[in-house]
Amino acid sequence: MGKTSHNNFTVKFANVNGTGSSSANSMFMKSIFRMGIPVVGKNYFPSNIQGLPTWYEVRVSDKGYLAPSGSVEIMVAMNAQTYTEDLAAVAPGGYLIYDSSWPREELMARNDVTVLGVPLATMCNEKFDTARARTLMKNTAYVGVLAALLEMDVSVIEQLLLDTFGSKTHLVDANKTALDLGFNYAKDHFKCPLPFKTKASKKTNGYIMIDGNSTAALGCVYAGATVGSWYPITPSTSLMDAFTQYCSFFRKDEATEKNNYSIIQAEDELAAVGMALGAGWNGARSFTPTSGPGISLMSEFIGYGYYTEIPTVIFDVQRTGPSTGMPTRTQQGDITMCAYASHGDTKHVCLYPANPEEAFYLSVEAFDLAEQLQTPVFVLSDLDIGMNDWMIKDLKWDDKFKPNRGKVLSSEELENMDSFYRYLDVDGDGIPYRTIPGSHPKGSYFTRGSGHNKFGGYTEDASEYQDVVDRLLLKWETAKTLVPKPAVDFSKNNEVGIISIGSCDDAIREARDILEQQDQNLNYLRVKAFPFTKEVQKFLDAHKMIFVIEQNRDGQLSKLLITETEVDPKKIKSIRLYNGIPIFPKDVVDKIQLEINAGQAA
Amino acid sequence: MSYIKKPKIIRDNDPRNKLGMTFDDYEGVMSTLCAGCGHDSITGAIIQTVFDLNIEPYRMIKFSGIGCSSKTPAYFASQSHGFNSVHGRMPSVATGANAANSELLCIGISGDGDTLSIGMGQFSHAIRRNLNMLYIIENNGVYGLTKGQFSASADLGSTAKKGAPNLQTPIDPCTVAISLGASFVARSFSGDKDQLVPLLKAGLMHRGFAMIDVISPCVTFNDHEGSTKSYMSTRETKREAIYTDYIAPFSEIEVQYDEGTSVEVDLHEGGKVVLHKADDNFSPLDRGQSIKAINDASDKGELLTGLLYINESQPDFTETENTVIKPLNQIAFEDLCPGSEALHKLLDGYK
Repeated sequence: MGKTSHNNFTVKFANVNGTGSSSANSMFMKSIFRMGIPVVGKNYFPSNIQGLPTWYEVRVSDKGYLAPSGSVEIMVAMNAQTYTEDLAAVAPGGYLIYDSSWPREELMARNDVTVLGVPLATMCNEKFDTARARTLMKNTAYVGVLAALLEMDVSVIEQLLLDTFGSKTHLVDANKTALDLGFNYAKDHFKCPLPFKTKASKKTNGYIMIDGNSTAALGCVYAGATVGSWYPITPSTSLMDAFTQYCSFFRKDEATEKNNYSIIQAEDELAAVGMALGAGWNGARSFTPTSGPGISLMSEFIGYGYYTEIPTVIFDVQRTGPSTGMPTRTQQGDITMCAYASHGDTKHVCLYPANPEEAFYLSVEAFDLAEQLQTPVFVLSDLDIGMNDWMIKDLKWDDKFKPNRGKVLSSEELENMDSFYRYLDVDGDGIPYRTIPGSHPKGSYFTRGSGHNKFGGYTEDASEYQDVVDRLLLKWETAKTLVPKPAVDFSKNNEVGIISIGSCDDAIREARDILEQQDQNLNYLRVKAFPFTKEVQKFLDAHKMIFVIEQNRDGQLSKLLITETEVDPKKIKSIRLYNGIPIFPKDVVDKIQLEINAGQAA
Repeated sequence: MSYIKKPKIIRDNDPRNKLGMTFDDYEGVMSTLCAGCGHDSITGAIIQTVFDLNIEPYRMIKFSGIGCSSKTPAYFASQSHGFNSVHGRMPSVATGANAANSELLCIGISGDGDTLSIGMGQFSHAIRRNLNMLYIIENNGVYGLTKGQFSASADLGSTAKKGAPNLQTPIDPCTVAISLGASFVARSFSGDKDQLVPLLKAGLMHRGFAMIDVISPCVTFNDHEGSTKSYMSTRETKREAIYTDYIAPFSEIEVQYDEGTSVEVDLHEGGKVVLHKADDNFSPLDRGQSIKAINDASDKGELLTGLLYINESQPDFTETENTVIKPLNQIAFEDLCPGSEALHKLLDGYK
């Protein structure tokens, strides 16, 4: 640092949870977004309601990088409990802002960090009457300080206040007063702007700021899902909250005010997935959102859905495991579990969105795949995608879209048939025909998780049993042709490649740019689905060395690749970053360089 | 072993219902339960019920969990879709299916193990939702498929086949269901078809969760001396709290009771029940009284049977969910997808 730069820095807010800081922090981020500058927010919050440390990190990136940079240029230290660690986290040459109503000498302990004391509490206590306002407005006041230090467009912030609070003029006024308090104090006492600051741009035109649970829920609405069952669990809860909200806009029958949907809060995850299967079996598009512990509980039913061939969509917004783990931290620890969930020979179609944009499109696609393949389909998102606000391209919808309901026999088709058998492979693709209960007398069949033959009858006959499970394998082969292909960036000049998954994507994009500047060019493939399509095998075959980068301790994706493709395991170099924080590009760079240098030394 | 289809024998003089269907049309595959199993009698009573009610089989859906009891949906109404789910989890599947299409008649068949042990949670919550279904517990106090362990409904002191007594207090599904707010609770005996069939009819025509606990002796593992759920014991201890007649729509009430001793309740899905009191102190419209009567009888070693509680005015799951009348699985995609313009407007809020 040192030299003047625009639109490239990270501001981290250290707060106490339950003090209303998140709206101020969002306001800061959204204002920068509205100035046309690419920005992303990462929330590191406790599994708690009030009183524990919480951090919010806003990265401003001219190039639109969305992973955390791993470096903090400005720390807004509002939590005395964490002053020491917050000071330690600031990059050399950075700044720390704190509430100097209570002066803290120890904050001066670093001579490479500039400490800016602002008497936020004192100022707010003078201006505001109620205890609640005094607490809340301290947050708005520090946004005012930042606005001055970073030369932000104050009119943008004021417009945002109007948009947020609308007709509640007392809130608009109070926030404006607090904003001015901070802004004027900074102008009067500090050298503004800092060597790094914001500069209005146009790089956010055509973008929105949204979290992936909202976009996944929107995908459910647009895919025509009508039954959603769930049991509350962090970090998936906001997916159903969003679905509920969107349904209240879009799914009310105008004439009767009744719901064109059913949202059922189940007694546990076992019931939640049972309901989703019951609805899918009965011809509704159904889904259930959960996180890792929920998948563990659902596993018996997931195997049932696989064997009896019932469509439904299961969202796993992954959090840090094992066991209860860290419910408010992110991880990709459920890759193996979802791929093979349940006892016996089972394997499942899984989709892996990289960001909220893909969470929307893959959510829609999951419903089609579930019905085409007549099987539960997983969408594996994670806390970072699901609960953080990302800058993504405007979502598009093609009004010509028709859902693919798969092989469902209509009552007319049944009328003209001699007889119907549920599990016959009529077309040779491993996918049988199904019927919806109540549609026609000839359509009935018996759904059972016990051994059944291709006619749907109970069986304990060795060959009849095997006939059905072998057909399921054939269906698995068909799935490979239907699931989304990976995203590939390939040049035949490069001998080394990266394979990764989900929310690692942005850190890898940035890491590849850094490596490219050092003349190390790596190809890149990001899997979007399991089973792996032939493009994945081709990519594996085309490289001498492949880094598999993922967010879990045991290298679950690398093992899945070794098990489910024909790759020589020696070519795979597994890179695992799994501390619960979204991965930093520099960590990816370091790990790759370490491996490459070790290879050259050998 | 594969399943065996029952041979279909049509005789000219077979009775036919209003749909022109015979008993045979409501049969399922051949039962593989033990000869003399109470469950097969219940299957017979169900067939009688749906035949008499002129139900189109394809408009009915059948659910079960795991266990001997849960095999029975295969033994009736082959023309209905059936769903033999996982152990103790049938209520959730029925809930989802009901959400997708609440027009279909829903019958669930469970056992005492499937409901009162592994399935206690889902059973309780289906009651709380007042899910519109007939839920039959084929209750024999014992695990049959795993060869004779006590279930949670086994009475204190009731003995296993080899003589060991049960030392844990039983769960009575009827008092539990009434406490949880069930809107229709009855008890009967597989050996008393005259009592059982009207209860099944009323339960099926009731809108909301209709639970019928049917004592259904296990001839192989729990029909010995010392068992309180044997045929002999059940016959000896069974006492009817109330006599139930189901009266189909547009038909006459044949038996007239003295005023003050009978109650009529109209059923939402058609017909009504006429309840004739066997005991002046018992009212099936009063939760507290009903629970007390069941417990008092139990203390005397009696099994109280009949329609023990009914509340026809309680909103069912569909009503509390406020879903449209048209089944959700039949709404056109165009009416479900908001389209590109709505998306565009919505996204403005995220700018």
